[in-house]
Amino acid sequence: MTKALEISGLKKTYRGGLQALKGLDLTVNEGDFYALLGPNGAGKSTTIGVVSSLVNKTEGSVKVFGYDLDSQLADVKRCIGLVPQEFNFNQFETVQQIVVNQAGYYGVSRTLAKERSEKYLTQLGLWDKRNDPARTLSGGMKRRLMIARALLHEPKLLILDEPTAGVDIELRRSMWDYLTQINGQGITIILTTHYLEEAETLCRNIGIIDKGRIIENTSMKALLSKLNIETFVLDLDPYDGHPTLDGFTMRELDNHTLEVDVPKERGLNRVFEQLSAQGLKVLSMRNKANRLEELFVDLVEQGRNQKESVE
Amino acid sequence: MSNPMNLTALRTIWIKECTRFLRIWVQTLVPPAITMTLYFIIFGNLIGQRIGEMDGVSYMEFIVPGLIMMSVITNAYSNVASSFFSAKFQRNIEEMLVAPVSTLTIILGYVGGGVARSLIVAVVVTIVASFFVPLNIQHFWLIVVTVVLTATLFALAGLINAVFAKTFDDISIIPTFVLTPLTYLGGVFYSISLLPEFWQMVSKANPIIYMVNAFRYGFIGVSDINAYVALGVLVLFNIAFGALAWVLLNRGIGIRS
Repeated sequence: MTKALEISGLKKTYRGGLQALKGLDLTVNEGDFYALLGPNGAGKSTTIGVVSSLVNKTEGSVKVFGYDLDSQLADVKRCIGLVPQEFNFNQFETVQQIVVNQAGYYGVSRTLAKERSEKYLTQLGLWDKRNDPARTLSGGMKRRLMIARALLHEPKLLILDEPTAGVDIELRRSMWDYLTQINGQGITIILTTHYLEEAETLCRNIGIIDKGRIIENTSMKALLSKLNIETFVLDLDPYDGHPTLDGFTMRELDNHTLEVDVPKERGLNRVFEQLSAQGLKVLSMRNKANRLEELFVDLVEQGRNQKESVE
Repeated sequence: MSNPMNLTALRTIWIKECTRFLRIWVQTLVPPAITMTLYFIIFGNLIGQRIGEMDGVSYMEFIVPGLIMMSVITNAYSNVASSFFSAKFQRNIEEMLVAPVSTLTIILGYVGGGVARSLIVAVVVTIVASFFVPLNIQHFWLIVVTVVLTATLFALAGLINAVFAKTFDDISIIPTFVLTPLTYLGGVFYSISLLPEFWQMVSKANPIIYMVNAFRYGFIGVSDINAYVALGVLVLFNIAFGALAWVLLNRGIGIRS
């Protein structure tokens, strides 16, 4: 399978001595929808900065669709569309000027860029705003503008750094739908996010980065299967007395809510059976925390503990 | 530059730059016309009448080329310095850095924008000057070559200033403390032949002397310095500043981490 991105031994030390990347290895296949997760300061944005050539690497190699970042930089750049974390367009230019100019930097003629701008701005719900200065757009519109701008030269790899930060739920979901749609059309997508639900919903594969190294690089499915215990919140018909659950750790939150830790090997059926036997009716149920969130916290902690024991 | 893709990018940057200064024409094109009108009235007309002739022409005729050149220098410099620094400040310089735009294309695009603005200003100021004094043109092509080379040089200087600038103050320090004194001491208002020999020597270390004199020679056919020597000096400065700008941007100084 063609590799959309191959990073090996990537190191970055900033002026002043901060070592942001300490030998990072990462591979993303063509067509993938890949999540790069990590706590603040883990090295996600530096990695994206190096791949998109905004940050000079100190050591290591980066290949994008087989093109080498050092020797075939123009080809690498042509393959990538970048949606950065912060708004970085000229606030005084109009929406259409911004996207048409960006296409021009990639060598797309003005006529073709204008045609494409109609297509992508319409898809992202910005066509009506095309003549408005960017500074007059709402936060969500600015995010969508950055996606449109990144797509105008029709890249094979779209990199999004926290694309839905500060975006309301409705808009976030419509952006998810859009990203899923363009991924279905063959564009490889890499995104960093703090919304783990976003990664779980969208991405097939995932890399977890901490302190400049990848500590997990696997499929979402394989990762979630590592989760041994999940905590569920059960909403019951109000009851008197205190229910019991053999073999489970349980907490009563009030007279109609239970919080139950369910080990994967035991499953939920035994919980329902015991509650039914006590005459209790379960009205609804939800995960206490996002499953990926629990794993993420575990993995980062494990990684840090291992590192400390080695040191 | 043989790559047509770079030509599209170059055209894009240049159009973007021209659109920018035309959009804010009240800030970019009108002030030089007003300032120069005041210079022509005060120095040319009122004070100039008492001074009489300089280098065989009326004082007004003498200062017109220098004043046009002063506008060219100021506008070429400030256009590129403020535009490039704003692009750094708002981070929209990243739009170019992530795209396959060569360093040379970025330089030519920004410098081209600065040259375009300064040439428009030169035409505006020349039209204003023609209301005060009949303009004689002795060497048309020398005027054109000198003004383009001067505009290019100061556009490059503005770019280099913006590369190093970290705050908006940093792009006003050089114009205030370096550019303005050099311009006023650059023979705009006087012939350096009026100075004692020592100060004539010192004045020749000022590159603006060469530009003003070559330009003046194009208009009135009189110069303190051989016009072609002056052009040679201008070409050398352009090569040096162009090379410096290329090295700085290629290394990502001020624009890449």
